[in-house]
Order: sequence, then structure tokens, then C-alpha cells
Amino acid sequence: MDIHEYQAKSILANFGVAIPRGGLAYSPEQAAYRAREIGGNKWVVKAQVHTGGRGKAGGVTLCENEEQVFDAADKMFGKRLVTNQTGPDGKFTYRVYVEGGVHIEREIYLGFVLDRKSERIMVVASASGGMEIEEISEDHPDSIIRSIVEPAVGMLDFQAREIAFKLGVNPGQIPQTVETIIGCYKAFRELDATMVEINPLVVTSEGAIIALDAKMTFDDNALFRHPDISELRDKSQEDQRESKASDRGLSYVALDGEIGCIVNGAGLAMATMDIIEVSGGRPANFLDIGGGASPERVAKAFNLVMADDNVKAILVNIFAGINRCDWVAEGIVQALQNNPVDVPVIVRLAGTKVEEGRKILASSGLPIIRASTLAEAAERSVEAWQNTNKSTNNVQILGEVAS
Amino acid sequence: MSILLNRDTKVLVHGISGKIARFHTKEMVGYGTNIVGGVVPGKGGEIVNDVPVFDTVKDAVEQTGATASIVFVPPPFAADSIMEAADAGIEFCVSVTDGIPAQDMMSVKRYMRRYPRNERMRLTGPNCAGTITPGEALLGIMPGNIYIPGSVGIVGRSGTLGYEAASQMKALGIGVSTSVGIGGDPINGSSFKDILELFEEDPKTEAVVMIGEIGGPQEAEAADFIRDHMTKPVIAYVAGLSAPKGRTMGHAGAIITAFGESANEKVGILREVGASIAPDPSLIGTTVAQSLLKAS
Repeated sequence: MDIHEYQAKSILANFGVAIPRGGLAYSPEQAAYRAREIGGNKWVVKAQVHTGGRGKAGGVTLCENEEQVFDAADKMFGKRLVTNQTGPDGKFTYRVYVEGGVHIEREIYLGFVLDRKSERIMVVASASGGMEIEEISEDHPDSIIRSIVEPAVGMLDFQAREIAFKLGVNPGQIPQTVETIIGCYKAFRELDATMVEINPLVVTSEGAIIALDAKMTFDDNALFRHPDISELRDKSQEDQRESKASDRGLSYVALDGEIGCIVNGAGLAMATMDIIEVSGGRPANFLDIGGGASPERVAKAFNLVMADDNVKAILVNIFAGINRCDWVAEGIVQALQNNPVDVPVIVRLAGTKVEEGRKILASSGLPIIRASTLAEAAERSVEAWQNTNKSTNNVQILGEVAS
Repeated sequence: MSILLNRDTKVLVHGISGKIARFHTKEMVGYGTNIVGGVVPGKGGEIVNDVPVFDTVKDAVEQTGATASIVFVPPPFAADSIMEAADAGIEFCVSVTDGIPAQDMMSVKRYMRRYPRNERMRLTGPNCAGTITPGEALLGIMPGNIYIPGSVGIVGRSGTLGYEAASQMKALGIGVSTSVGIGGDPINGSSFKDILELFEEDPKTEAVVMIGEIGGPQEAEAADFIRDHMTKPVIAYVAGLSAPKGRTMGHAGAIITAFGESANEKVGILREVGASIAPDPSLIGTTVAQSLLKAS
């Protein structure tokens, strides 16, 4: 789960990380008021959206008076911010964060990740801050400092000190840099984060070490023990279908193809997408309804997949292990009888009681296209999609042939 | 011969009194698994599914001589249960539980290192379907009837995709020595390499099918092992060729975050070290058959 910059900053501040003075605003008026509260003569207005790359996309504006703060906020509210990480649809801005300006002397990158190779928390830092870590690893690979934390003892002072010295901060700034690094580590560990990133961490001309931006991502599987973090979820930043799916315990990822997929098991769901592509189609989504594939879940899955207007055919691929194909077949029939769909449905059942399952589908009277193997299922789905395409886009296709 | 599990292996079920655990215990016993007891704190002395229940894993091991266990404990308590098994001297533990916090698994892996390598428990999962030695024993939640005994090992992250592979092989008359699920989580007990090592040493296994997916460094690590140590043919399929970067595809571990973690890159790495690649998931069985034909 992702959270907003202002939320991450407030969490990290509780762990001893210094942040600029700032305040949240839900309207341009409030943004101007925040600027007056903060004081000074320079402010930054920042769109609060769950994405990086805001600066280049117009989501961060430097202002020198209250009118400019008002205008900058006014331009951001209610609009989609499209960055190089959001995809073409962008993300809506419903909150802005106003911060006092800071005199930057230098910028540092400081990140924490769960490293899958060492199976531990790893610090990634670089003296070349201010750009994305991907750019740093391309342009200044030698500047990257990596340090793995031993989970039994946690981040040790000497380890944080080593990183701080390698970053080249002045001796007088070492204690505050160490406090920042250890504070981030503690927040990561205590709150079950999977990522903490401060980019940039700046050294100000007054010699302070301040987090100018902050990003945190949390382990969904650990939210049960952090109710305060769960409350920070902002559904306006999620794909609507994906949040609907996750609320119903389904795992769904929207893609841009035309063949909707309903599959049990994540690996088989990915494999189903793969074979649709190999067969010349494009998957509209990833959807894992879980190993169990109960009739209720099947029904929910149909609703979810059909909510995507691009879907021109639906492929249901269920490998019943513990579950039985006859139960799954009944679920499919019920779902389609209660909520008929207007696109071809291709069903492939395999595993326990497969014959009984196929009989139920055949005798249901529903126009279900049946397939017995994975390859056949994919071929039938692509055929069905191409046929619907032909009937709706006849003119276009003829036009293409003629030209 | 087989790896990890055979009909004599004495097995404990953690959380045996739960509905799902009771169901699967019955299935496992039906398949021939030698279930000797269960562990539920506070329910010691009771009998569930005809086997005695113990309060602690240590008690259960002492009284039954169990060497393997399977964890059906809810996510908040699963890591604790796994570490209890490690401390009680269990040799092989399967964790089926899906949804264990990643940092709990980090602690589990660190905790297990306190035992010398030859006394360290082997953990598979979490978030896996389990392990089966066809015709002998089943320690997991997979349907036993889709596997026939034979000489091809299977190791994979996914449950149902593993079933798909096994049933394609069965349709071609190809049997399985042991099939091991290593699970879909970012931090797991055993890696592909760990299980390939066991198959390489197992005289009964003649070839290995490896079913990977996007995310993480374990397929690349396995490729190094295949290049340097593996004498038996390896057949590989990597799921998620069409998965977008930076999105979690169902399994907590199935997310492309770094170079080398996409399905295409993994396929390239595995092909380079001589693995036979199944070009799509419907061709896993036939790729195995061709590979066996070539090897004979």
C-alpha cells in the first residue's frame, strides 16, 4: 500500500527525521492560508498523488507570494497529474501540500528496500540525489552505496556512520545524518514497510539535514497489525476496478487488451495471459480468484471483468484441485444466468470431476464455448474476439483491406 | 527414492483443529501420508482426525518421532509456528499459509541460521501448494490424482500452474519423482537452487521441470547452479511474459522491480545455461517429452 508524501513525512518526523515546515490543503484558499501560517517568503506547492516524477509533470510549483500559492494550488486541484510513472490516465489531485522553501546546498538519495537476494533490509544511498534511482544507477553507478542490515541487531550506529561518511557530508553533519538513516530504518522495520525513499535528502546552506521529499510503501500482508497505517489508504489514487477487486478479496490488475481472464491461482493466471498473447490476442486483465474458486467468487469475477468496456470475450480457466469442476461449473452457470453477459464466454475446466463439470455447462443451455486444453481455450478466445470484432467493425476492416 | 518425502515420513499438522487443516489432513491420509499427530496450543490430549494433538511441537516430536510438518496456521501466527518447528528438530516443513508479512519471513530465515547447516530445518513456502512424492505421500493441498510416479522432478512457485504441468505430463505418460512447491512470496524458505540441488543428488530423478515467474533473483541464481553443477536436463517455463513492470501479479513476490526480473530476461538467462524452454504454458508436457527423448 502506498501513502502520500505528507503522510510519509509525518511518520518519519516521529522517528527523528527532520522535515520542512508544511501544511495540507484541500482548497486554494486553504493553501494560501497555510503559506501565511508557515511564514517566510518562499513556498513550494506539491500535488499529493501516489506517483514519482511529479516535478517534471507540473505537480510541484515554487511560489514567492500568497497569490502564487493560491494560483498554483488552483491549477492542481481536481486535475489529473500525468507523470512518467502514472500511465496516460494520470492520477487525480485532491490534496496539495504547502511547504516552506529551503536553501539547498546539496542533494542526497536515501532509500530502503526489502532486498530479495539477501532477504534483508538494504540501504541504498547516493551523493547524486535529486534524480530517480534508475537514472543514478545509469549515470553514476559508482556513487551508489549499498548496506545490508542484520535483522537480529537492527541498524547499528557504525553502519549508519559509514554510509554518512561515504556520502561525504561534513563532520558536523554526521550525527544528524546518522539519526536520519537510523530513523528511516526504524520506521521501515516497526511499521512493516517494503520501501522508504527520501529523494532528495538535502543539506541546507544552514547545515541542516532535511527530507525534502518522502515516499513509503507498506506490506499489505502486515496491515492487520498497523490499523493506523491502514487508515492512510487513499482509494482515489487506485484504479477503481482494482480497489473494488481487492475489497472483495480478488487479485486484479487492469491491462489494455480485449480478452478478459478469470483464472484460479496467480501462476496459472499469468500463464493464461501468456498463451492468449502467443495465440494472437491481448489479455484485458490479470485476475486470480484464488485456488478455491467458489461460485460466489466466480460471480464476482464476472461482474468485475465485464465492468471493463474493452472486454470483447471472456476466458475462464479453472484447474480444480481441492475444489471440484462440477461446483465451479454450477457457479459459472449461476453467474451467467443471474447476470447475462453480451460477449462470448470460453470455459476451460480441468482437474477433479471434470466430466461432470463439462456436462453441467453443456446442459445449461447457455452459449458457453467449451475447451479442454489451455491451448484450445486460448485459440477459441482469440477466434471469438476476432469474430465480435469483425461484426462490430465491419466497415473499418473492409476499408483496411481496400487500402 | 525421492526427495524430502516418502511413505514412511512421519508428519505433524500445525493447526490441525482448523476446518481447512482437518479437510486436508483427511486428504493427505487418504493419499497415504503418514500423519502421526497435530499441534494446537491448548488442545493437547485431544484427538482430531484419529491422531493425537499436542500443545507444543517439542512434545509432539518427542512422543511421535515426527520429522516433517505442515503449517496451516493463520498469517499472524504462522512465522512463530514455523520457528517452533525449526527449534523442535523438524527436518522438513511445508508452510501453506498465504499472507505472512515479509518481515516475519525475514526473521524466520535469520532464526533458522542459528542451527548448523546439517541440523537446519528445510522449509518450503510459505504460500505454496506443498510437496508430493507420487504413489507415496502428499504434504500439501494439491490433488494427488494428477501425478503419476516416475522420474521427473518438478519445482515451481505456483500451485495451479504446477497442476497444469503435472497433468500435461500425465497425459503423455510421464511420471514424477517428487513435485515441490516453493511458493509465491518474496522471501521463501527454499529457492529453486536449493531444490535443484536435491534433485541433482537424487538417483531416481532423471530430469527436472522448473516453473518460474516474474520477480526476484531466484531463477537467475538457479541458472548459475544449472550451468556449474547440474548434469540432468532441466526444462523451464517462466510465467508472466505479458506482465507489466512494477505491478504485483497475485503472488506477493510476482513483481518486476529490477533488471533481470521479467519473464523474457529470465527465459534468456535459463536458455543460455542449456535449459529447454517451453515456449508457452500448453507445451510444458511436450517439451519435457522431447527433452527426455534427447537424453535417452
